[in-house]
Amino acid sequence: MSIFSTKKSWFNLTIWVLIIALIIAAPSVLPVFRLNLLGRYLSLAIVALGVDLIWGFTGMLSLGQGIFFALGGYCAAMFLQLNSSVEFPNGIPEFFGLYGVEKLPFFWEPFKSSIFTLISIWLLPAIIAGLLGYLVFRNRIKGVYFSILTQAALLVFFNFFNGQQKLINGTNGLKTDVTQLFGQMVGSEIMQRWFFWISAILVILAWFFARWIVRDRFGNILIGIRDDEARVRFTGYNPVIFKTIIFSIAGGLAGISGALYTVQSGIVSPQFMTVPFSIEMVIWVAVGGRGTLLGAIFGAVLINYAKSLVSEALPASWMFIQGGLFILVVTALPEGVLGWIRKGGPKNLLFLIGINKKLETYPSLEVNEEGEVNS
Amino acid sequence: MNSPLLELKQISVSFEGFLALRDLNLVLNKGDLRAVIGPNGAGKTTFLDVITGKVIPTKGDVIFKEKSLLGQKEFRIARKGIGRKFQSPRIFENLSVQENLALSVSRPKTPFSLLINSLKVKHLDQIQHLMSIVNLQSKANIRAGALSHGQKQWLEIAMLVGQDPDLLLVDEPVAGLTDEETDLTADLLKSLAGDHTVLVIDHDMEFIRRLDCPVSVLHQGHVLKEGSMRDIQKDPLVIEVYLGKSEEEEE
Repeated sequence: MSIFSTKKSWFNLTIWVLIIALIIAAPSVLPVFRLNLLGRYLSLAIVALGVDLIWGFTGMLSLGQGIFFALGGYCAAMFLQLNSSVEFPNGIPEFFGLYGVEKLPFFWEPFKSSIFTLISIWLLPAIIAGLLGYLVFRNRIKGVYFSILTQAALLVFFNFFNGQQKLINGTNGLKTDVTQLFGQMVGSEIMQRWFFWISAILVILAWFFARWIVRDRFGNILIGIRDDEARVRFTGYNPVIFKTIIFSIAGGLAGISGALYTVQSGIVSPQFMTVPFSIEMVIWVAVGGRGTLLGAIFGAVLINYAKSLVSEALPASWMFIQGGLFILVVTALPEGVLGWIRKGGPKNLLFLIGINKKLETYPSLEVNEEGEVNS
Repeated sequence: MNSPLLELKQISVSFEGFLALRDLNLVLNKGDLRAVIGPNGAGKTTFLDVITGKVIPTKGDVIFKEKSLLGQKEFRIARKGIGRKFQSPRIFENLSVQENLALSVSRPKTPFSLLINSLKVKHLDQIQHLMSIVNLQSKANIRAGALSHGQKQWLEIAMLVGQDPDLLLVDEPVAGLTDEETDLTADLLKSLAGDHTVLVIDHDMEFIRRLDCPVSVLHQGHVLKEGSMRDIQKDPLVIEVYLGKSEEEEE
């Protein structure tokens, strides 16, 4: 991880220049509707980074990231609802009236504070992920069992949130687009532009953060846990702590992602905790390239953008395309698109269709005039 | 020599009624080099599992540095100074040689320290030293998965040494190695004994003979015989259960 060839760093630099140029150009080029979509997909890239950390690097396939994503969204939505409910009866959000609730449920109280909300958006999901993770990892549950367990947890949360009308408006969810923030409607054009910028900046910050985590020995331990957990243990490391930390970090990232997605899509509802959505998160990372952070970002943004474009043109076909994409990646590009490019995939493709000639020896070996090989 | 470094007392392990180890006793003193041989299924690997905390014995006690190891987690036992090499080389194949060794020499082995601190100069020197012991300097930045089988075995041994263990448990270090590599490995293990206590498990008689150290013969879960290679080879019981009747073993 720590050693870069110059070629690879040029490749990365090019990608970064491209990203930053696109982000700066987007607000002036795209209509607000498209800009808003891009902003949403950028926020999804943050949850994808978390999935990449726990699955791509540590080898734990979580199918329950929707829990933490939705929790972040609910935190943000609760604050916004409270912030704009002064003129409603009892000074509490309007939907409570539908169910005859007159007093604010106790756990809403702290969300009157903006600082508490900003912290809880990432800290609450991180704590819950940490607790859940610790219990699971301590009992050495891994592999398929871990995946099933996270999916079961997702269903538990989904059903709970779906059924609690009196607490959080149940299946209807909490709307944010008609709420007020800084005297503006959250759904207004100017606010949406701001949220786009915030998402773009937070994606980049999240990338730097994830990069910092995986770039050195900590990341190497994660890879070690993925490849051979027993060896990690016999080398004197406690894998439980490392797994708990990284699962908690991924939960926190999911929370930030969920909050940004909520304010840009205008509503948070238990639909964020459906099974297919959490599986989609995994598909973004698989297609982009697991174990490559940029791959996760690109996977999330491009697949979702493709989804909205395809759905507009051919409404029924997206599911087939998404399924086909996943099958293609699993069979032909097991390391995802970016992993494929980094491993010299395009060059091999040129060999395959006969444009380039194959080298007679390993590219890393040099052959001098007498035919002797210097490595 | 005062108290022994490692003492196995009356260890029994039963797997669903099958006794993998029964009343096994073994004592290792500081600086010892000890070979353990025995036919397949004699309990050689189980006995390492007991020491390293992977298997909890049904009966008996493991004393290391005068303290019992029973019930301790594997990573704690590793930190106390027991390093283990597995039967097939187990290294982190997706990391480079240097990165593998860096994980082994890092202290303390806590997440926070790995994240915040960079490797100390002392540890960087240690990595260079370890690579020179096993002749892997030129491969420092190569992905460990791309090494040859023998080099992987050595890298794993180097990783063990990097942990600064008092006791090295080495399970079949020469399986699949060429004769030349086998000899080098034997010399390497001999040079490690003294500073460390080394326990080697293997099948390869030529290799064990080259180690030139006391041998314990394991049979059906307990120690059949202890002694020098010469004594062992003459023992009628050992010949019957393990070495076979051939007279070619003459030296």
